[in-house]
Amino acid sequence: MSRQAGRGTESKKMSSELFTLTYGALVTQLCKDYENDEDVNKQLDKMGYNIGVRLIEDFLARSNVGRCHDFRETADVIAKVAFKMYLGITPSITNWSPAGDEFSLILENNPLVDFVELPDNHSSLIYSNLLCGVLRGALEMVQMAVDVKFVQDTLKGDGVTEIRMKFVKRIEDNLPAGEE
Amino acid sequence: MDSRFTRGKSAILERSLTRPKTEVSLSAFSLLFSEIVQYCQNRVYSVSELQNKLSELGQQVGARILDVLVMREKNGKRETKVINILLFIKVTVWKALFGKEADKLEQANDDDKTYYIIEKEPLINTYISVPKENSTLNCASFTAGIVEAILTYSGFPAKVTAHWHKGTTLMIKFDESVIARDKALDGR
Repeated sequence: MSRQAGRGTESKKMSSELFTLTYGALVTQLCKDYENDEDVNKQLDKMGYNIGVRLIEDFLARSNVGRCHDFRETADVIAKVAFKMYLGITPSITNWSPAGDEFSLILENNPLVDFVELPDNHSSLIYSNLLCGVLRGALEMVQMAVDVKFVQDTLKGDGVTEIRMKFVKRIEDNLPAGEE
Repeated sequence: MDSRFTRGKSAILERSLTRPKTEVSLSAFSLLFSEIVQYCQNRVYSVSELQNKLSELGQQVGARILDVLVMREKNGKRETKVINILLFIKVTVWKALFGKEADKLEQANDDDKTYYIIEKEPLINTYISVPKENSTLNCASFTAGIVEAILTYSGFPAKVTAHWHKGTTLMIKFDESVIARDKALDGR
């Protein structure tokens, strides 16, 4: 109990430069370990997924955000609460699909790519792909299957960085056999 | 060589090195670092190999932060004396990376090549608990790698390792030549 009492809901902050450079060291290592960019992208997504699955708990504990009623509310919480809390940025939400099941997050300043330039021989590397995995993993833990991908990236010369998120389906709770 | 450089794709070189201080949450870093440790662990067979791997990743960070800090904090001036480079690490590097100075900097009593940077509770280890069967593992090997790269690329070749002692102690063992040069400089 004492441990809980000592733990405020406000999460501790740290230098974003150490974070950025550490992420860079990881991507560099993956580029050495895997033969092609596609495999690195996959590995980043997988690591992101593992992070998301754990991060959601931390998020719910600290943010006091309740259940979202629709996908628009989810988008708001992701951009204004989650990104702010973990990366210190607030992406803007745009390009809603008419059905309201798809939107874009525009990142003005992506902390992961500070100091980063992509060499020409890694043109298909999705450098920040970890973020897609994080979003997918975290939302899966609150029963939402989503499809997340980068559609624009300043590292590749685009004007902005854009992450596209598409709602796939609600994941129904599958109770283990015999628990009903 | 040419593949190392991009041609006018990013405006990164136009940006100032002095930037408003930005922060991320320690949770985000800890979860990322945890993935890194697990990834490394899956590719090695022993604790010492794992520590080496973490140190290699740390060296990537150290090599990069060195240039930024020398330009930003020291106006491009490099240190030439052992004690000054150690203080640069204890104060400037630590503040930039961990938001505070290192707790202690000490020299070994019996060996003029060996120094210690002691940190009671390293930021990196905040949320890490070491399993009993791997009790010697100290993930601050990553920090040791950072320090090793900064020393080496500043012209003070050294080996830096992390140990559980008074919290976490980073043991710095300088190359013979570094100490000899320092003494020669003193003699002048």
